[in-house]
Amino acid sequence: MQELLNAWLPNVMSKIPELMEAVWDTLVMAAVSGIFAFFLGLFFGVLVTVTRRGGILQNIPVYRFLDNAINILRSIPFIILLTMLLPLTRAVVGTGIGVKGAILPLVCGTVPFFSRQIETALATVDEGVIEAVQSIGLSPLNIIFKVYLREGIPAIARATTLTAISLIGLTTMAGAIGAGGLGDFAIRYGHNRFQEDVTWVTVLIIVLLVCMVQICGDLVVKKNTH
Amino acid sequence: MKADEAIIRLEDVSKTFLMKERRVEAVKHVTMNIRQGEIYGIIGFSGAGKSTLVRCMNLLERVTSGKVFFDGTELMKLRPDELRRVRRGIGMIFQQFNLMKSRTVAGNVALPLEGTGRSRRQIEERVRELLDYVELSDKLDAYPSQLSGGQKQRVAIARALAGDPKVLLCDEATSALDPQTTRSILNLLVRLNSELGITIVVITHEMAVIKKICDRVAVMEDGCVVEEGEVFSIFANPKQQITRQFINTTTNLYGIYDLLEENPSVIPMRPGDRLILMRYLRARVSEPLISAMSVQFHVVFNILFSDVEMISGCPIGGTVAVLHGSEPDKEAVFAYLKEKEISVEVIHSAGAS
Repeated sequence: MQELLNAWLPNVMSKIPELMEAVWDTLVMAAVSGIFAFFLGLFFGVLVTVTRRGGILQNIPVYRFLDNAINILRSIPFIILLTMLLPLTRAVVGTGIGVKGAILPLVCGTVPFFSRQIETALATVDEGVIEAVQSIGLSPLNIIFKVYLREGIPAIARATTLTAISLIGLTTMAGAIGAGGLGDFAIRYGHNRFQEDVTWVTVLIIVLLVCMVQICGDLVVKKNTH
Repeated sequence: MKADEAIIRLEDVSKTFLMKERRVEAVKHVTMNIRQGEIYGIIGFSGAGKSTLVRCMNLLERVTSGKVFFDGTELMKLRPDELRRVRRGIGMIFQQFNLMKSRTVAGNVALPLEGTGRSRRQIEERVRELLDYVELSDKLDAYPSQLSGGQKQRVAIARALAGDPKVLLCDEATSALDPQTTRSILNLLVRLNSELGITIVVITHEMAVIKKICDRVAVMEDGCVVEEGEVFSIFANPKQQITRQFINTTTNLYGIYDLLEENPSVIPMRPGDRLILMRYLRARVSEPLISAMSVQFHVVFNILFSDVEMISGCPIGGTVAVLHGSEPDKEAVFAYLKEKEISVEVIHSAGAS
């Protein structure tokens, strides 16, 4: 077995520790920026939903501002966002490279996308239910936590799965500007040194990661659909 | 508070929606007094503004002008938290039930009780009590998706009752249900009214619902209340065209017109016969009128359609019949009916004998 792997994947087998580190870096980048992005996206998604016309805390100026901000930030290609945010990243975390340097741009690149996803997810919550709980006398905060974020769980889980998968994609892009991780690994060896087996193994690992995320997401959806 | 005092009072209420380029006046200058303890119906075709009007009663829609009083409090002047407290005293149920899919039946009923200072055990007890009342105690742990329409509406009613409301607003609460389920829900509403003393406001487009449970009714058309009164007197003496249209939907008497148009040959008429429509406007049909007249005036009635119903405890309705007899006898019948205050309309006269 070992010999077979050495024969088929000579370049990968010669740098297993480095590959492991790259996998770890990717996981750390995705997890840390994912957690930040999850809560921020949830916050802005809820804010957009409740401040829109007819929302439970209607506030047109706030809604317009958020709506436009999300649109503008979403239209910036991530690879440009990375370099654009470099000065800010340096100021905040002290460095523009490595896993640490990638977190801020990853969060900034994900939050607008995820906020929109959350907004769409919360739109699946029946307007009539919102009306009913208003008639019961629930406060806006209670409506957000007990109704929107509870009734919306299946849709929120789907949105989160989608965003998590696209976030894994973004981490590899961050690798291109020196963040480390699987993207960096694939470019450095697979692309620059024509070690094709490195590219294939990297892709395989990412596919596995994505599958795992998808399975977890589907499980949450299933458990919360009655 | 006196028994006949208004629990909900609308004073010159208007609601205008501003769409992109046009204004939609959904409710126009409506004044309405709903008395403590009554079942009040609001009927109208879709788009008449009745759903908007009922939402003005608990300010789910804030009114554009006018005043809304609940139990003597002017709602438009309240702060949001005060309004929420008042809303707990006004239950509401909907056509689409509007239950939370993610909560069980018990969870849905418990929702209004959470955060009101009750312990978990007290809430459980109250939920059980409420579900007992709507006869669903065996569905405690079911999810709404596992229930039938009628059961969902019962859960919604239990949820609306959780806050011990004085008023229950019903927005087309039976419109999504089949006739039998509709009947059982209406019976439940009547029970709430008589046993718990809850004032009930019913929004509907079905005159049958008004006829079955309401004490008073308002007819809405194009945002305005065009007619209002006791259900019996509205049925007996409808003043507006639209009211007559609604009443016609609940009786089969007018089937005679369709029959005349489509298949007149099946109406058994001999020369000289009159096809007549008699309508009873007073509470006196208990007399055996038709047989009395047959004997007294030597005429024959061949009854084609008959529809007599009890409305608010009084019989109301009419009969379509072919009247056969000599000319003077027929004249005597018409005179007799007039004296008894029964309206007669000759729909068709067969050629002279």
